[in-house]
This record gives sequence, C-alpha cells and structure tokens, in this order.
Amino acid sequence: MTATLDEQELQGRFEDVIAADQRIEPRDWMPEAYRRTLVRQIAQHAHSEIIGMQPEGNWILRAPSLRRKAILLAKVQDEAGHGMYLYAAAETLGVDRAELTDKLVTGKQKYSSIFNYPALSYADVGVIGWLVDGAAICNQVPLCRCSYGPYARAMIRICKEESFHQRQGYELLLAMVNGTDAQREMVQESTNRFWWPSLMMFGPPDADSPNTSQSMAWGIKRHTNDELRQRFVDMTVPQAEALGITLPDPGLAWNEERGHYDFSEPDWTELQAVISGSGPCNAQRIAHRKRAHDEGEWVREAAAAYARKQESRR
Amino acid sequence: MTEYTAEGGHGAVPTEGVPTGSGTTKGSWPLYEVFVRGKRGLNHVHVGSIHAADAEMALHNARDLYTRRNEGVSIWVVLASDITASSPAEKDPFFAPAGDKVYRHPTFYAIPEEVPHL
Ligand SMILES: [Fe+2]
Ligand SMILES: [Fe+2]
Repeated sequence: MTATLDEQELQGRFEDVIAADQRIEPRDWMPEAYRRTLVRQIAQHAHSEIIGMQPEGNWILRAPSLRRKAILLAKVQDEAGHGMYLYAAAETLGVDRAELTDKLVTGKQKYSSIFNYPALSYADVGVIGWLVDGAAICNQVPLCRCSYGPYARAMIRICKEESFHQRQGYELLLAMVNGTDAQREMVQESTNRFWWPSLMMFGPPDADSPNTSQSMAWGIKRHTNDELRQRFVDMTVPQAEALGITLPDPGLAWNEERGHYDFSEPDWTELQAVISGSGPCNAQRIAHRKRAHDEGEWVREAAAAYARKQESRR
Repeated sequence: MTEYTAEGGHGAVPTEGVPTGSGTTKGSWPLYEVFVRGKRGLNHVHVGSIHAADAEMALHNARDLYTRRNEGVSIWVVLASDITASSPAEKDPFFAPAGDKVYRHPTFYAIPEEVPHL
C-alpha cells in the first residue's frame, strides 16, 4: 500500500518537473517507459552518427584538394564525436556502451534510414552536408530543450558543430555550380537522389506515428514529424534557388494562404523498405561497422592489459 | 508493421521491438567523468564522460572528444565510480539546513535609503 503511494508521489514529482519545463537528471526517479524510450532514442541516434561516417568517409582519400580533404576529415571526425557524446548520455540511463554497440552490429537496434543510401560522387559530400545535415539540424535543434538533461546538453554541443557541417556542404556546392556544366550537372543529379530520402528523415506522416504524442507529453519530442518536414522544405527552397538548381518535385509551390511551400508526398513504401533492411547499403554498413569493431578487439584488450600492468606496479 | 518515427537527429528509426539493454557491463574499459576549464579564470565544468583503459588515455581521448575547437585549457578526468554524490531529489532534506536561513542574504537587512554605499 505505501509502496503504491510512494510510486504515485514520485510520478507526481516527475510530472511536476516536466510541467515546469525543468530537466530530469540521471539519478531522478523516472517512469520505466520514459527511460526505455530515451535509451532507444539516444542509442539509435548515437548509432546513426557512427554509421553516418561511412557514406562520406568513403571520399576522404579521394578528396579533390587538400582543403576539401581537411574539411571532410574534420566533419567525419565530428560525427564520431557526436556518437560518443550520445553514447555517454545513454550510459547515464544505466546501459553500457559495449552492449549498445553489440545491439547495433547484431541488428537489434537500428540507425537512421538516410545512411543506407550510397555517396556516389563528390557532389554528394556537398549535398549530404546541405540536405542531410540540414534536416538533422531541424530535428536536433528542438532536442536541445529535451526534458532529459544529459541528452539536451549533448544536443547543444552537437548543434554548435552541425552548423559547420551544413555550411561546408553548401559552400562546396556553390563552388561546383560556379564551375563547369558537368559540375552543375553533378550537383543537380545528387540533389535529385537525396531530396526524397532527406524528406523521409522526418519520419512518417503524423497520422501514422502514434508514439509521437507520448514523446511530446514527456518533453522528449517538441514538434511533430510533419511540422519539422514543413520547416525544412520552407528553409531549403530558397537555398536551392540560390544555387540555381531545381528540387525534383513538380508539386512544389508557394502557398500564399498557408504561408508555406506545398510539396508532394514522399514514397513511404520506400522508407518502410529501407528501414526494414532492403535499402541499397544496409548490409554493407553493418558489415563495415562490425569489421571495424572486431578488428579493434586486440587493441582494446592490449590497452586493458597494459593498464592492469601499470596499476600492479604502483 | 513495425512502428517507426523520426527520433533523434537523423530521422526515421523503428520504435517498436527495439531492445533497450540489460545494463550489464561486459568488462569494457572503465568510465571516466570529464571536467573542462574553458579558459583561465573559470572553474572546471563537467562536460560528459568517456571510456578509457587508464587515466592517461582518458585525458587524451577527452581532449580529442571534448576540446576539438579550443573549448578548454585544462581537463580533469575522474573515475565515475569514485564520485560520491548527494541524493538527487530537489526536495532532498540534505539541503534543508540552508532553506530557513534567510539572514544569510544581504536583502534580509532593511537599511534606510539615504545611507550610501551599502
Ligand atoms: Fe552529427
Ligand atoms: Fe553532421
């Protein structure tokens, strides 16, 4: 009897903190479902950052100049850092990073659909920075106010760095559209491939996303999928115009009445397919991650053995 | 059909049937908490944590992770298991002794307005 009352009181305090727009901290009592939702979200977010290194990492050794190579290297290194910030945040919820990595390489936890598309040309490096990191910024900025303190703080660090990612991508595209016809064509072709997958980054339409409302009530999610998608389209259209390229949607038009751009419905069956494993690169991405992890095993063991030896000599 | 939505930074991931971990550690490197002094004159501030085999590696990795853009001039790393903390609740009786001592604040004392420099 007293146990239930205690539980109710704890629940009440938790809800008061959320209602006052304050932050829940690691050792606070929290509902089990809240904790699980956060572990799932933060872990899969971290996996996305880590897997997200692969499409662009593929181009580091083939960068067209030392300047572009240094920039791309720094950007990919940032993504590794984002993964680490997020694993650290997930660990405050009582999970272990090694276990999360294990769940990633065994396919029990996923990463974002967008990284299952290949980067086929150097224009893709620019378009990924512009559209993919741009869409990530739309998703991530509201997470800086997430109700869970460690996640919100990690997101503040990440968002500061994402701005560099988007701007370096756009600058690369500006250089290309001011180059030759062939370069302009590369930018257009890359944009055509990444536009729809970028819109899909915001998830299915609100009507098909029943978990969203609980996450919003908990202050984990601040805007719905459709709100963020609209915001992204509105921000991106003038940027495409400035590049002198078109976005591959005949339905795209300014709607005076709504004060927003209208746009066509993405192909949700494609998103379904890519998420459930049939995207162009799903198997390759996990195989690569697993290989890197396995090949690092002896390094992790050697470092631990060295640490033990040093410790015993003290 | 698996439920999926835009969660986290890069969007659509599944939300159902995703195991969230048992919390068991698999003998991985220990966890260090990281504190960074942003610049001279400021306190070290907690910025996050990092796994490392030993303290020296923790310092190097913390530098690479938390100060890639000159965010720090000094780093402390502390084994997470060595930290002793108060209980987290805001209404914690641990902090009650400070609650009723209003006379510790300058605003407790009424001073006539014409008295200068007080
Ligand atoms: Fe990132
Ligand atoms: Fe990024």
